[in-house]
Amino acid sequence: MTDRQLTAVADDFTMWAALRRHTQARIGLGRAGSALPTRHRLELQAAHAAARDAVHSPFEPEVVAAALTGEPTVRVRSAAGDRLTYLQRPDLGRRLDDIDRAHLPGGDWDLVFVVADGLSSRAVHEHAAPMVRATTALLEPGLRVAPVILAEQARVALGDDVAHAMGAAMVVVLIGERPGMSAADSLGAYLTYAPRPGTTTDADRNCLSNIRPPLGLTYETAAAKLATLMARARELGLTGVALKDESDSPPPLLPPNPRSSNAGGADMSAPAGISGPSGGPPSGGV
Amino acid sequence: MSTYSTYTSTLGGHSYRFDSLARLLAAASPERSGDRLAGLAADSAQQRVAARWALAEVPLAQFLAEPVIPYEDDDVTRLIVDTHDLAAFAPVAALTVGGFREWLLSEAADAQALAAVSPGLTPEMVAAVSKLMGNADLVAVARKVRVVTAFRSTIGLPGRLATRLQPNHPTDDPAGVAAALLDGLLLGSGDAVIGINPATDSPKAVRDLLELLDGVIQRYRIPTQSCVLCHVTTSVDLMERGAPVDLVFQSIAGTQAANASFGVTLGLLDEAYAAAGELNRGTVGRNALYFETGQGSALSAGAHHGVDQQTVEARAYAVARRYDPLLVNTVVGFIGPEYLYDGRQILRAALEDHFCGKLLGLPMGLDICYTNHADADDDDVATMLTMLGVAGASFVICTPGGDDIMLNYQSASYHDALYLREVLGLRPAPEFEAWLDGIGLLDERGAIRDVSGTAHPLTAIGKELAA
Repeated sequence: MTDRQLTAVADDFTMWAALRRHTQARIGLGRAGSALPTRHRLELQAAHAAARDAVHSPFEPEVVAAALTGEPTVRVRSAAGDRLTYLQRPDLGRRLDDIDRAHLPGGDWDLVFVVADGLSSRAVHEHAAPMVRATTALLEPGLRVAPVILAEQARVALGDDVAHAMGAAMVVVLIGERPGMSAADSLGAYLTYAPRPGTTTDADRNCLSNIRPPLGLTYETAAAKLATLMARARELGLTGVALKDESDSPPPLLPPNPRSSNAGGADMSAPAGISGPSGGPPSGGV
Repeated sequence: MSTYSTYTSTLGGHSYRFDSLARLLAAASPERSGDRLAGLAADSAQQRVAARWALAEVPLAQFLAEPVIPYEDDDVTRLIVDTHDLAAFAPVAALTVGGFREWLLSEAADAQALAAVSPGLTPEMVAAVSKLMGNADLVAVARKVRVVTAFRSTIGLPGRLATRLQPNHPTDDPAGVAAALLDGLLLGSGDAVIGINPATDSPKAVRDLLELLDGVIQRYRIPTQSCVLCHVTTSVDLMERGAPVDLVFQSIAGTQAANASFGVTLGLLDEAYAAAGELNRGTVGRNALYFETGQGSALSAGAHHGVDQQTVEARAYAVARRYDPLLVNTVVGFIGPEYLYDGRQILRAALEDHFCGKLLGLPMGLDICYTNHADADDDDVATMLTMLGVAGASFVICTPGGDDIMLNYQSASYHDALYLREVLGLRPAPEFEAWLDGIGLLDERGAIRDVSGTAHPLTAIGKELAA
């Protein structure tokens, strides 16, 4: 190489290094012919493997139960008996197993937390218990909070079935989001007031996405937003599109469509644009 | 006006009965998880083949007599019926679906014959015949169809493959978008469109991105068009306020109710079409709309009317062709495994969508993609890319390293497009190719030069950001 070429290589390296501060996108990867250099090909495969493992690694409710020291918990399963069924039959993942439904503790509950594995049990193992704790600390005094439900092979709408069966006025579903290659551990939080299985739609929920400190939302920020939304929901007697986040900053609530949001898809079968916030297929989720 | 018929066939000593054309089409469809979820799939492998035997005997004209969704209930059906061109249909009017397959594969069906018959074909006819075709059939026929459109670049010419450069960013950060944009341009991408999926639909955020893209396109005189993929009403609003809108985007589906779930009507699209036409920002052509579609959207909206997901998808193309779009792409594996379970189902759907769209006269491209909860990987992307390159896809969507950090799904990469152009001898859109050459990005063979490690004028975009 000539000196001039060496200088150019150094410039190029400095430029991409500087540009990477602005985006996590895989830019400036270089080339081997038309293809990726070996290192980048293997890095992509490693990220894909992490995402795949996140989807298929089994939910361990005892991990969350142990992290929720002192909180009572109840374990349930959806009607989807295994992961393969879960992935192909969202309808079953939204419905409680009949035996488990009969064993839920009924009561005059104001709120129930449902911790659902969704598409990333890793996200749930790491972030669900801290989120329950951070949110509980901000609740209005006197609120009757049910035992935390730990739900396996569960989609967001399973929370409707749980809340209805227990007689709870409001449900927060904390669920593992669809893993991307740069984030396999994102937790979503879905708040629904007066949920009723079969009647409640995704437009009746408020959603916080990408809870994943330190890179995504912190527990404190997410819990503060959630607590504010819950207080407003109790005043108005509703959640969903009519309940807006009055706090100042992004992320947007109830992203109108997955192809334009990074909600990453915990089962919002929301009317959702394939590409614009214009409606289209859901991001496939939980 | 509907006449429901019963369709029967006998296979392996069993007789099978299908109560309507819609039921027959669904049962004849290749296995996919979405049809099973909808309760429409064949009960057994033999019933599926029995349905194909019965479908092969159905005259094409029967599709005009028996709409799969009633005329009274659905404006997409009305659009299909009311705009059907009987004169164009005449050459195939006497054929059955099975006979139509053989005609499509024959030498008689050359590019001219296929273009001539296109306005006489309905989505249901092309969906039906696709169910009798193998993957290779879908490639062989689609390859013969040429649909050429233009705005500032010309899309769909023989021997060409365009790309959408997709520099998405989770917070629409301008520096992050520009960095990804530079990466794509240096890899020779962006002749179909430079298209961003914004993180929010706020008109201000969309306008900022439009101005960023317009600034780069003007400064470097790039013969391409930009698009920020927001709701059609946002685009119309921004056009009225003088924002630099090149292409008007919308996601569409194959039923009135599914479109309603996206917040669109044919009336709204008519309005956007007129407004985009008046802007007249193209230089070599006037096709100014961009549509995305994808199997499963009608089912997920509870708006499929008992029609299988591939037939409903083909009906979305009837909506698209009303508006002379520059680009249409199916986002084929985006939704997830409850609609298309694995790489095999996604590949099949990609070939069907491309085939049906092309036959109906659309400039079809693809977002060859999958989510991480589907059973697919980058080898599936390579397989799909190669088959669709052979099939003559107009364009493909490309992301940095094939990883979209905003939508959390995997697509083709800029490198993948280089591969495809190289192995199939495909070239970029002619105007864009000339620009690439002018700015020093083509080598003596006409391939994209590797400029990493060398000074290049475009890197000014990056240096300004890095400073």
